[in-house]
Amino acid sequence: MVDALRAYGWIITMWVRSTMAYRASFLMLTFGQFFGTGLDFVTIFIMFVHTDELGGFTLPEVGFIYATSGVAIGMADLLLGSIERIGQRIRDGSVDVMLVRPVSAFVQAAADRFALRRLGRILQSTAVLVWSLTVLDIHWTWDRVLLVPIMLICGTVIFCSVFVLGAAFQFAASDAAQVANAFTYGGNFLTQYPPTIFAKDLIKAATFAIPLAFVNWMPALHILDRADPLGLPKAFQFASPIAAAAITLVAGLAWRAGIRSYRSTGS
Amino acid sequence: MMVYAAIASRTFRRYATYRAATAAGVFTNSVFGFIMAFTYIALWHARPQLGGYDVADAVTYVWLGQSLLAPAALFGGGFQDEFSERIRSGDVAIDLYRPVDLQSWWLASDLGRAAFQFLGRGILPTFFGALAFDLTLPPRPGTWLAFLCAVFLGVVVSFGIRYLVCLTAFWLMDSTGVQQVAGFCGMFFSGMVLPLTVFPGWLGDVSLLLPWAACLQVPVDVFLGKHEGVQLLQTLGFQAIWAVVLLLAGRALSSLATRKVVVQGG
Repeated sequence: MVDALRAYGWIITMWVRSTMAYRASFLMLTFGQFFGTGLDFVTIFIMFVHTDELGGFTLPEVGFIYATSGVAIGMADLLLGSIERIGQRIRDGSVDVMLVRPVSAFVQAAADRFALRRLGRILQSTAVLVWSLTVLDIHWTWDRVLLVPIMLICGTVIFCSVFVLGAAFQFAASDAAQVANAFTYGGNFLTQYPPTIFAKDLIKAATFAIPLAFVNWMPALHILDRADPLGLPKAFQFASPIAAAAITLVAGLAWRAGIRSYRSTGS
Repeated sequence: MMVYAAIASRTFRRYATYRAATAAGVFTNSVFGFIMAFTYIALWHARPQLGGYDVADAVTYVWLGQSLLAPAALFGGGFQDEFSERIRSGDVAIDLYRPVDLQSWWLASDLGRAAFQFLGRGILPTFFGALAFDLTLPPRPGTWLAFLCAVFLGVVVSFGIRYLVCLTAFWLMDSTGVQQVAGFCGMFFSGMVLPLTVFPGWLGDVSLLLPWAACLQVPVDVFLGKHEGVQLLQTLGFQAIWAVVLLLAGRALSSLATRKVVVQGG
């Protein structure tokens, strides 16, 4: 574990140094990410030009939900988002190279082309989060205060697992990388909006099939003091760590199965 | 002319080779369509008739957007990655001494791609949308025909923009930054994230006049029957004017580039 983390550190340091060789380009791309991912919030903002409530939630409340999802996927994307490039490496055969190196293939795939510019999304979401927390009139109790960092960490872990699941799937279908996008960026898109606007079946799928609801919906319902649209027990609103642990386990097994099933292209 | 038809049909076949990727694209577009449809339904429930659309129009807008995202390459892509890489690496020198016109070559290639993606990636998402939601479908065959014209013109306008974006690589070497900005403009000003008719005040007025509006907003409005008779011709004319202006600008800029810029050797 320590060795793996050290290797991860070395690889990302290498990529950061290579990024910094083109400093202007790095700054432009980071700003690009900042404003580009911010367009999602501009969309929400324009919606609220026309209405005061969306699914019974006000703009600052939706902002809070939007931002917690954004920080979580931003962190996951920064830490191991590059793993989605594995399909390309399977196709060109360079996974072979990863397997013969004395560092775990997972660490190499996760740190591959580590892109510091992804800080852009995290900064943008953090800005919206800070804004929403200053505007919102939340009845702060110790459990609500504690739930904010917990949801950000668990959300990051859940999105990391979804990235890994998507990568593992590419061992079975190496040019279907887009399917993973439906769950990573699609999952982010879903959890930018309050659960109340979606059909019950979609919320159920996001709660019990792929636990995206635990990224922010469930804890946010408690923090914002809202009723659960599914009427689930209150315990669900505190269950993000359990959901995160469960999906991490599944993702870990899927990745192992993927690596085991890998057949080199032989070139 | 034959050579361009050959280029277009070869690109069509090249894209048709990647079946798993096409299926994956349809799947992803459909998932986004579902999520987005619910956000629009929530908004249009709060504000019926917003932007001149009823709920069915708004949901149709979502699904057509997902269907046209790939064919009209709203976020960039298509010939763009290939062409800007050839400029960066200097391989464009080979393209320039071929006995074909540079811009027409890439236009033919991009039309071939768009034709495949319209058929392969465009039809199914809207079909799935129609199964799950009430959509507004054109009652008259003429509207379908006008829609196809509008999509074609939209793809040409999109090509015109992306060609100009690629040409910046002659001066900047690496056009990644410009491509990224262009991609986000494409998503926002085409009406992909929200219909331009919903944009507030001057932002809405201006964005309806920009070329990106021709790529998505106009085809969808034609599909929804928002333009009839003379107004329909004016709308198609709006697209055609942008197509001509952008293609001419592309010609001017490429002749400037090939005259003034030294191609990378290697």
